[in-house]
Amino acid sequence: MLAFAIRRAFQSFIVLLVVGLVAFSMFNFVGDPIDNMLGQERTGADIERLRVQLGLDQPFPVQYYRFLEGAVQGNFGISYRQGRPVSEVISERLPATLELAFVSAVLAVIFGVALGVFTAIRRNGWAANTIMTLSLIGVSLPTFLIGILLIYLFAVELGWLPSFGRGDVVDLGWWRTGLLTQSGLKALILPAITLGLYQMTLIMRLVRSEMLEVLRQDYIRFARARGLRDKSVYFRHALKNTLVPVITVTGMQLGAIIAFAIITETVFQWPGVGLLFINAIRFVDIPVMAAYLMLISVMFVSINLIVDLLYFAIDPRLRLDRRGGEK
Amino acid sequence: MNKQAGREPVLSVANLSVEIPTRQGTLTPVDKLSFDIEQGRILGVVGESGAGKSMTGNAVIGLLDPPAHIAGGEIRLKGRRIDNLAREALRKVRGKEIGMVFQDPLTSLNPLLPIGEQLTETILEHLPVGKTEAQNRAVAALEEVGIPAAAQRINSYPHEFSGGMRQRVVIALALCAEPSLVIADEPTTALDVSVQAQIIALLKRLCRERGTAIMLITHDMGVIAETADEVAVMYAGRLAEIGPVRDVLTAPIHPYTQGLMASTPLAAKGKKRLSQIPGAMPRLTDLPDGCAFNPRCPIAKDKCRRPPAPNLDSGGGNAACWYASGARS
Ligand SMILES: Nc1ncnc2c1ncn2[C@@H]1O[C@H](COP(=O)(O)OP(=O)(O)OP(=O)(O)O)[C@@H](O)[C@H]1O
Ligand SMILES: [Mg+2]
Repeated sequence: MLAFAIRRAFQSFIVLLVVGLVAFSMFNFVGDPIDNMLGQERTGADIERLRVQLGLDQPFPVQYYRFLEGAVQGNFGISYRQGRPVSEVISERLPATLELAFVSAVLAVIFGVALGVFTAIRRNGWAANTIMTLSLIGVSLPTFLIGILLIYLFAVELGWLPSFGRGDVVDLGWWRTGLLTQSGLKALILPAITLGLYQMTLIMRLVRSEMLEVLRQDYIRFARARGLRDKSVYFRHALKNTLVPVITVTGMQLGAIIAFAIITETVFQWPGVGLLFINAIRFVDIPVMAAYLMLISVMFVSINLIVDLLYFAIDPRLRLDRRGGEK
Repeated sequence: MNKQAGREPVLSVANLSVEIPTRQGTLTPVDKLSFDIEQGRILGVVGESGAGKSMTGNAVIGLLDPPAHIAGGEIRLKGRRIDNLAREALRKVRGKEIGMVFQDPLTSLNPLLPIGEQLTETILEHLPVGKTEAQNRAVAALEEVGIPAAAQRINSYPHEFSGGMRQRVVIALALCAEPSLVIADEPTTALDVSVQAQIIALLKRLCRERGTAIMLITHDMGVIAETADEVAVMYAGRLAEIGPVRDVLTAPIHPYTQGLMASTPLAAKGKKRLSQIPGAMPRLTDLPDGCAFNPRCPIAKDKCRRPPAPNLDSGGGNAACWYASGARS
């Protein structure tokens, strides 16, 4: 198992190096930051001074090495647009995105698993059929449309919830949270639903089909023949056996939630890193874009790593440290 | 069958019918089946694939897969009707009063739970004992079925055991709440030939010790000959013949049983070659009128091709045949 973990960690490292190269390449191939930073009345000396200051006068490999060196320390240089360290700009915005993604993911997993189990057990009931039909809407409507519909209904028509922003935040020093104020929580509801709905329906449909498959297995029949209660048959025996594929997909979807937060953040003007990234693109603020790319890929890679390790926790057949041999 | 006076059978099945509604009409995989099993006795159930053996077993333990359902008849366990019980009452019968052993030990155990947990959950469900006592009993149950170092292996997962060992665990699970009846549906078919005899011997010994009755479904006439007290021969959902093992194996009276024995190496000992019954068992969708066996029967006459189908009474109580040769008393 340790060997496996090390191998996976190494693979993750390679992935990050490649993403780093792509992110870094943007500095050379996308637009010219000097153009963006200096106004029309610039002198050759200004340009040269800025090039040296930004390290753009160095050869490519040196620049890449410096970029990686900085990235490892969380230093992505100075934002072209804001003139402040990128790490500062991002860490200001990160809590908003992480809170939104976390709440969406929790909602998606809880409701996805619960509804998936329900629709599998009550396979032909009207409630299960209704949920399955509605879930088709969840997977087929684009995120921004769901967001706009929710805004229209709950913010414009009913006026119950705010349509944009994050509400009041509490500053904990290193983290600004919206989870501790009423307006913060209210502001979170619509974006969280918008962001998590697709993932919830996906998880639900997956749990349902896996459950149906597992419920056909002999050991479920045998569990019934042993007189176990439905609760135990469904949750102890069946649900656990659906978890490996469910965790795979859920893990990938968590990454997707963070990445797709861009759209939701734009629709709701949510002050997170997604919105920051969109604005960075508009102004060709390459250090910010590069940092964002690196951040997202680190999250993706770590989630995948955790998912792989979770398999071992769930499925004893994968563990190598067998107690006792084959008899 | 031979009822001993004053003894109530553990299992008494009377006129049991199972039906499956389908688009081509209603199928009857089990048709007016009647048999008894007494305490500590072993009834072997034989018949070709598709004869309805598993359906019968599943009906008794209340595990028919919808849309299959019991359409008629009675099932009594120690005198109490269990075919019309409510879901929850039936669940309490399963495991507690009727244990079941399935064909494939590789798939019968939950791969993600240690075998000890699967045992204790069953014990806790049915017996009034605490956690520690349940664990002690789980170890004892494993010891009884011959798992070496049971106390250590209680935390092992199913994949850490071989097929034969797993079937021992399955038997421990089926017996751990001390049921009065065990239904074993081809318990050795999926196992190595070398361990088949061990498993059958184990099942037989444990049930003898506890006075547990067994309904043993199998294709193996050798197993029947060595293990069963009575044998029921099924054909197309109906009982063809039933009686004490020695009688049925050595002096079968139903033409189908006779054909079956002639085609079995064990019973046909001494003959130069095995004969075969021509043709195949009809599908449930196109059963012939009258006796279901008539198209393959060497002695079929007009009466056999007309309804009603013969039942056990037609053949002197042991065989469902109008012309059963030399009915036993
Ligand atoms: N859902 C179903 N729809 C239609 N027919 C079915 C269904 N399930 C079972 N059958 C039929 O019921 C009959 C009885 O099946 P059963 O499994 O009891 O046979 P069996 O005697 O146990 O055979 P085997 O020796 O192969 O296990 C078979 O002819 C089968 O085709
Ligand atoms: Mg069968």
